[in-house]
Amino acid sequence: MVAQDQPMEKSSILTPFNVITSIILFVGVILMFLRFTRGIGAVTNLDNNNPWGLWIGFDLLCGVALAAGGYVTSSACYVFGLKRFHSAVRPAILTAFLGYALVVFALNFDVGRPWKLPYPIFVSQGTSSLLFEVGLCVFLYLTVLFVEATPAAFEWLGFKKLRTWVVRLTLVLTIFGVVLSTLHQSSLGALFMIVPSKLHPLWYSGYLHVYFFISSIFAGMSMVIFEGSMAHRWLHDKMDATHLAQSDGVVLGFGKAASFMMMGYVGIKIIGIAVDNNWHYLSTGWGAWFLLELIGFVLFPAILYGMGAREKNLTFIRIASLWTVLGIILNRLNISVIAFNWQLPSDLRYVPSFMEVGTTIFIITLGVVVYKFIVTRMPILYEHPDYKEEH
Amino acid sequence: MAISRRKFLGCITAALGTTTGAGALAHAASNKDFTGYPDSFGVLHDSTKCIGCRKCEQACNEVNSLAKPGKPFDDLTVLDQKRRTGEASYTIVNKFGNPPVFAKTQCNHCQEPACASACFVKALKKDPSGAVTYDESLCVGCRYCMVACPFNIPAYTYNDPLTPKVTKCTMCLPRIKEGKLPGCVEICPREALIFGKRDKLVTLAWEKIDRNPDHYFKHLYGEHEMGGTSWLYLSQVPFTKIGMREDLGVTSAPKLTSGALGAVPIIVGLWPVLLTGVYAISKRKEKIAEEEQESAVQNAKDLASQEMKDQLLKLSKKMTKEKETAIANGVKKALVEVEEAAKKAEQAAADAAEDATNPETTSDDSEKEEE
Ligand code: SF4
Ligand code: SF4
Ligand code: SF4
Repeated sequence: MVAQDQPMEKSSILTPFNVITSIILFVGVILMFLRFTRGIGAVTNLDNNNPWGLWIGFDLLCGVALAAGGYVTSSACYVFGLKRFHSAVRPAILTAFLGYALVVFALNFDVGRPWKLPYPIFVSQGTSSLLFEVGLCVFLYLTVLFVEATPAAFEWLGFKKLRTWVVRLTLVLTIFGVVLSTLHQSSLGALFMIVPSKLHPLWYSGYLHVYFFISSIFAGMSMVIFEGSMAHRWLHDKMDATHLAQSDGVVLGFGKAASFMMMGYVGIKIIGIAVDNNWHYLSTGWGAWFLLELIGFVLFPAILYGMGAREKNLTFIRIASLWTVLGIILNRLNISVIAFNWQLPSDLRYVPSFMEVGTTIFIITLGVVVYKFIVTRMPILYEHPDYKEEH
Repeated sequence: MAISRRKFLGCITAALGTTTGAGALAHAASNKDFTGYPDSFGVLHDSTKCIGCRKCEQACNEVNSLAKPGKPFDDLTVLDQKRRTGEASYTIVNKFGNPPVFAKTQCNHCQEPACASACFVKALKKDPSGAVTYDESLCVGCRYCMVACPFNIPAYTYNDPLTPKVTKCTMCLPRIKEGKLPGCVEICPREALIFGKRDKLVTLAWEKIDRNPDHYFKHLYGEHEMGGTSWLYLSQVPFTKIGMREDLGVTSAPKLTSGALGAVPIIVGLWPVLLTGVYAISKRKEKIAEEEQESAVQNAKDLASQEMKDQLLKLSKKMTKEKETAIANGVKKALVEVEEAAKKAEQAAADAAEDATNPETTSDDSEKEEE
């Protein structure tokens, strides 16, 4: 493998992928420089009425939701004993780890004094805040994910003893991961429970934490499917027979499960409207937007998932996964940016600046580059020959 | 597989059911309603007396040593535009309607501040004096306090790259501690601002309303809004007409989030137990399956070895039989040969007897036959 790779990489340094990523990374570094020398105000459209923008709405909220594949897959495999998901665990854990690492990286741009980010954990604990819970859980979960991801690196480096030691902790780590994920996934939603006066009633609910938790599960599943199909297209040569053989099963299994969860989610969202008696809002413009999100980006992909699972049509499921991911992004942006401050006159509303969008693209690109670096080197999509058949 | 999934869903719904229920319970059990520190201070703003002179804005700017604005404070054209508090203006006076009414805005120093309950490093605190204080040295700059504040008060110094901070009215706590009045209250030429103990101010305000019911809109803004605020407002017109929201409700911010926070210990306590249980079940199922498989394999093996034995036995039997037949055949053959030889010998003997006349040759012949 290694011998084959080297000449290939040499001849292909000027691929479109490499050119585009280097441009993005270059621009990103400039934006980063601007942000830290001229201040947040110089690069963002944030203001006193709109303290949270794209960097929180997308980088934090969507990032965390879409990185839920880690705990969903590892718990399916190790806790619920669905061994056929085994080959999906490593890529999912890796994506989750990278996802969370990037979320924390992105937070450094957004908060005013990033060097104080350890403060809520080590200096002054604001336990009454849901953001404290989010911060603590993300910090702990990032550590858990890091440990969970190390076996691949240890195999790559040949540290057999360390690897065995970590692998023995799998179950404990998985359960710990599920607890932490449940807490911070739901707390991210609960962050907005403090602002009934700012978030549109159709999105505001006393069940926000439940919505966020449930949606994180199918977000994670969809991301595993979506990421899997991307990897199949671009990194097919890195996959071993087990991975290839199991991957269809993973797609079908998660597709079916996601379909069920999404139907349930639509159900509890409707219950939420009924509980708060918000029906009359549905006939407004905001209502149409809300229905677009709930029907167009949850119910429809759920149906497509169901059809794909019944007819064993992988293409349907792959399309549904991308659709669902977009739906999750729409939902998180609605809650944090679009339906937030809905009562403000339009000239006071927030629209992200190009530099904010640029920074977000920079961070995503960084993630893709690091992912590619790792999967082309470490045993992620295949099993290391020395450790086959022992799990 | 189907069973596992159903179980998975079941567990989640069960757990969520418990947590939401328990969250509400935890809150009900833990909280006697906090109604603010006794003897805390407040300010009553009688907007019906406010003439929009912007003197309070100026005083506030001076006592807090803030940056001077572009237009001077006596330029009243500034009032034509609706403004909000900002990093260099902790208080703002706005003009509404025609004939104009004025209202002053600043931090309301809530009894149970949303900003303080949102701050994850306790940089914002409700002081027993009534002021909601801010400690820059702790603040990370997450701006969740700004998101949380229902009155849109805190501002952030976005353009400061190294030491950005949240800014808002301090209720002039340093001055209060020195026994002085807040800057804005002291300067107000019309007594539109009255400083005092909050309890007393509530009584005073209602006395004013009762004494002059035609002059005042019958509501003391801040008495109950979002759990009550230290800054109280009287108005002649409905409060929405002077830019204040009347749809905030009376539930304090901590109560809005207590349900979600109450779920934490439940999840931490319940999830590991549940998940270990699920793991044990799936493990056991796996083990049973494994055992079944193993015994099946063993049976097959046993069966196979039995058959093998039988076959071997048969084979060996067959082999012995064959051997026997072979031997028998051999013997038979030998016997036949012997018989034949004997016959030949007899023949030879008879021949010899016949050839008695030539005994030498016959003896030679017979020797040859024997061989
Ligand atoms: S008005 Fe806003 S900033 Fe002032 S105490 Fe209340 S929540 Fe905090
Ligand atoms: S910006 Fe500062 S004061 Fe406001 S919540 Fe964050 S850490 Fe607390
Ligand atoms: S109390 Fe002090 S800080 Fe607050 S508005 Fe008045 S002068 Fe400004």
